[in-house]
Amino acid sequence: MSSVTLRNVVKRFHKFTAVHKTSIEIPDGAFVTLLGPSGCGKTTNLRMIAGLLDPSEGEILIGGKRVNDVPIHKRNLGIVFQNYALFPHKTVAENVAFGLKYRDVPKSEIAGRVQKALDLVQLPHVGERYPKALSGGQQQRIALARAIVIEPDVLLLDEPLSALDANLREDMRVELKRIQDQIGVTTVFVTHDQSEALAMSDSIVVMSAGRVEQMGAPEEVYNNPASEFVANFLGASNMLPAACTATGAEGATLDVAPFGSVAVPAEKAQRLSGPGPAQLVLRAEKLAVLPEAEAPPGLLTAPARVETVDYQGQTVRYFLRLGDRQLQAINMIDERPFEQGAPVRIGFRPKDASALPTETK
Amino acid sequence: MSVEVREARQPWILLSPALTAVALLLLVPLCFIVVYSFWLRTATGADQPGFYLDNWAEALTDPFYRDILLNTLKIAAITTLVCAVMGYPSAYFIARSRGNKAILLLLLMLPFWISYIIRTMSWINILGVSGALNGFLLWTGIVGEPIQMLYNEATVILGLVHFLLPFMILNIFVSLDGIDVTLEDAANSLGATRWEAFLQVTLPLSLPGLAAGGLLCFVLGAGTYITPLVLGGPTDAMFANLVFEAIITQLNWPLGSALSLMLLVVLGILVAIYNRYLGMAQLMKGLG
Repeated sequence: MSSVTLRNVVKRFHKFTAVHKTSIEIPDGAFVTLLGPSGCGKTTNLRMIAGLLDPSEGEILIGGKRVNDVPIHKRNLGIVFQNYALFPHKTVAENVAFGLKYRDVPKSEIAGRVQKALDLVQLPHVGERYPKALSGGQQQRIALARAIVIEPDVLLLDEPLSALDANLREDMRVELKRIQDQIGVTTVFVTHDQSEALAMSDSIVVMSAGRVEQMGAPEEVYNNPASEFVANFLGASNMLPAACTATGAEGATLDVAPFGSVAVPAEKAQRLSGPGPAQLVLRAEKLAVLPEAEAPPGLLTAPARVETVDYQGQTVRYFLRLGDRQLQAINMIDERPFEQGAPVRIGFRPKDASALPTETK
Repeated sequence: MSVEVREARQPWILLSPALTAVALLLLVPLCFIVVYSFWLRTATGADQPGFYLDNWAEALTDPFYRDILLNTLKIAAITTLVCAVMGYPSAYFIARSRGNKAILLLLLMLPFWISYIIRTMSWINILGVSGALNGFLLWTGIVGEPIQMLYNEATVILGLVHFLLPFMILNIFVSLDGIDVTLEDAANSLGATRWEAFLQVTLPLSLPGLAAGGLLCFVLGAGTYITPLVLGGPTDAMFANLVFEAIITQLNWPLGSALSLMLLVVLGILVAIYNRYLGMAQLMKGLG
């Protein structure tokens, strides 16, 4: 097991820069997710750690040692590919044993270690079968067994769940996390699925257009986004133009029409440098939709109108009209949802909001 | 008509044009050939209908025919081997090239736009006594007078390789192209070098294509008569040349029929043995 460090790494393909100067620190034993939309550079980073791509600039360190010039077959990594990449002409047991043949493991030990790996992924009886005789979820487990049986220094997972259907994906998510906890291997997980990232990671690296937007614990990234991109990529957020009138140890004061003055807590306003134009970030699930006449204490409210109702059973998503802008709210359903066109009152608690400087584009 | 009956008939209706063509153009003539092979050519040059075993007796007992048959199989086998060794790297290169795969495949097809006979004869302009290579050698002074390079077994094999290589490359390509490239990445990540990954993963998975290409080259090579006719010497006749000789030159249809059936049966047996060990299903996968 080892830490992984990317130091000022840049990757260019001809004239296109896939990864701009990036530094990422992944501590020993951590489960770190690279999260972002397709084309954001997350897979490029993973492939550079794996040794499938060479960085154009910068250094990659595994366990403190520079590995830029170490070929992939000497890096001792376990990789799980999106399409499983099981060898179709070899049995499951032969697939899992593949990496052991190159590691001077005595023949007598191989069968035992293969069986242990199959037990770990809870498929102890499929060793004699061929991969195509297994379901997608089972193939995924075998791919994982094959990657961990070699006791890799780092486990790299390239969107391993995205080929599975929804229910199976959630099961595998829990399973994957259990196995990672059990063997404690440093894990780099690449996904575009925010709920996978939030559920599994010790730390999330949000990427966009080849740059790291934010690095931090899931709650940190979710509740205190560092940029408009992060705020919108992890769930739905409302961005309201605001004017910051004061910043201080207590927090920042923002003027937001039509809610008035909002006191944002200091830890959620640390990216503001001082008075000036700013944005108020309000997560859709923190925006309450209330009957028109209600105005509970502690809530900043404004009148609005329901434009679209997206009913989801347990929750409902409203698209609301507030002046010339559209806001989103995700609320638990209490009795019946509001109807389309209904006049309502929307409100939020100031401590649920966060503030960002206005982005110049 | 019930739905079941209609559905059961549909494949036959759809297949009927092809089946008709195969029956009329292949099976019926083949039956004629079988019947012909038992006729007898009389001294007057007329064919005597009947059931005579004379042609078969001649074809099966005369060591002349046996030797040429064995030589034909040897030449076809060498050609197949050379095609496999030369074709595999090319097919691998095409399958792994990213942007210009279509252009490379088009280039591979390009020779088919020119008649096979013309392509075969082009070697005379290259290797002939007054051909390009001799011209170059004379010009540089390496040799004092032209060398006879044509009309031997080597030039027959050269011509056959020239003719059959694209078939081999295409078959191997189809097989390689269907292999997921991440399989090699996976093998590398598990500790195999690139060469080991190739031997362990890519090569075994491409065997169906290699087998299909091999079979195709062997059968086409063993059945050819143009190449030895154009590029071979008097002693380099292949079995199909004997059939050609008997039917076209001597107008001895009965003997020619017996000889051509003999070649058909021998190749049929070889294909059956091949199928027994490599599996036709595998070949179909390689071809498809």
